[in-house]
Amino acid sequence: MAYSEKVIDHFENPRNIGSLDKDDPSVGTGVVGAPECGDVMKLQIQVDENDNIVDAKFKTFGCGSAIASSSLATEWLKGRKLDEARAIKNTDIVKELALPPVKIHCSVLAEDAIRAAVDDLKSKKKDQGADSNAAGASGARVATAEK
Amino acid sequence: MNERIYLDNNATTPLDPRVLEALMPYLTDKFGNAASRSHGFGWEAEEAVKLAREQTAELLGASARDVIFTSGATEGNNIAIKGVAEMYADRGKHVITQPTEHKAVIDPCRYLEQQGFRVTMLGLDKYGRIDPDELRSAITDETILVSIMHGNNEIGTLQPVAEIGQICKDQGVFYHCDACQTFGKIPIDVNAMGVDLLTLSAHKIYGPKGVGAMYVRRKNPRVRPKPLLHGGGHERGMRSGTLNVPGIVGLGAAAELCGQEMNVEFKRLAALRDRLRDGIMSQLDLVHLNGHPTDRTPTNLNLSFQYVEGESLMMGMKNVAVSSGSACTSASLEPSYVLQALGVGDDLAHSSIRFSVGRFNTSEEIDQVVEKVVATVKKLREMSPLYEMAKEGIDPSKVEWAAQ
Repeated sequence: MAYSEKVIDHFENPRNIGSLDKDDPSVGTGVVGAPECGDVMKLQIQVDENDNIVDAKFKTFGCGSAIASSSLATEWLKGRKLDEARAIKNTDIVKELALPPVKIHCSVLAEDAIRAAVDDLKSKKKDQGADSNAAGASGARVATAEK
Repeated sequence: MNERIYLDNNATTPLDPRVLEALMPYLTDKFGNAASRSHGFGWEAEEAVKLAREQTAELLGASARDVIFTSGATEGNNIAIKGVAEMYADRGKHVITQPTEHKAVIDPCRYLEQQGFRVTMLGLDKYGRIDPDELRSAITDETILVSIMHGNNEIGTLQPVAEIGQICKDQGVFYHCDACQTFGKIPIDVNAMGVDLLTLSAHKIYGPKGVGAMYVRRKNPRVRPKPLLHGGGHERGMRSGTLNVPGIVGLGAAAELCGQEMNVEFKRLAALRDRLRDGIMSQLDLVHLNGHPTDRTPTNLNLSFQYVEGESLMMGMKNVAVSSGSACTSASLEPSYVLQALGVGDDLAHSSIRFSVGRFNTSEEIDQVVEKVVATVKKLREMSPLYEMAKEGIDPSKVEWAAQ
């Protein structure tokens, strides 16, 4: 199975690797997948006061196609309005990266990660709006993480 | 590092140039059919096969009359399991094996189950070894065959074959041993091991693909598997079909070279494997060895790199050929069933890489690979959300994941 040039490029020159402060109220965090499945993506977005996505970061445990899918997602998210983020479809990712059928699920996971990050941000805003005492819980889709 | 480095010798090996030289005439002017009894073309092919049979038998501690040639170990395993089951079904319909066998053993056993046989899978310790006591108690008077490999192809662990052979002998059950990964690498003696059937493959020992051999015991006890292929009655009726003379010559030559070089090569390759292991493990933490630390084939190294997925690691080490137990590298998207059987945990199965050194690897190559592995793992850990969690003091294995 040869990789497409774009997948290789994202792997060798990954864009936007890193982390944003998950407790920051302007940051939305989505964590999807599971280690037992061999795929975990953490995708974060940061918006300004007008809900423009000004920064996006990712970290991925997964194959080259999973890394490329999440890297591409962060590229596409930057500069979009929050409401436009959900418009990113996994099929767009498949086409852009020329993913073979067996790797389509990587793009689906990336789409899920985007939605999770957007949902997290939206639920934070709701908390902030409803209660001026917003606790700023991380709200990542991951349930209780034990320290 | 521009040159390709091949560290997947458990998957297949390059043809030794000396083997190519030995078999070449049989692809060109010595093209006769070994079964053509009436002319020189046939006689010279027959002579070549006779020599190859002796060369193979020598490396098994067997007589040439106990060796038959096949198209490879998959065919050999099928003959051993299906052929013995069919022949001895009136004595009983119970077969015993274990979960880390090659698919060429597991699938024929599954097939037997569909035909009404009972198959017992023995339990394993964390290194993948069976417990001889469990084997002893699993044997009933319905048992006709035990099939347990010598060395495992993924993790290298060696099974206690001599003990298994003795137990089978004591209980009057045939013992079949898939020796693909050990034949030519470590000494094999079919009598010391107490095996009744053994399979081996040429392309694992620097010989050509498409040819292998079986040891089939003729005395004490005599085992006679039913053939899978009917036809001209070749190979004592056990495997009809015109002999692949060039392949067989290659197998014989490869076997002879292994016999001659084994002592020196064992030490050299084990040292290369250890150099690889020590180089990697001295520079990276959270690396787990899969399989037994010492009771393993000398050329195999199977490591799990925690928080890093196997396929991405292989991608980062482009130009280094290895294989992985990760689901992402398998067509079925299932992680390695061998690692699962060890109870390693799916996350570590996804993080595993199998390195297998061979005759043509050098210490320079090993050093380059160590460097590449260490650099790539470090890079991928920086990209890994699991590594990040671990550094923050969160144990990813304790987290409830919202998995798809």
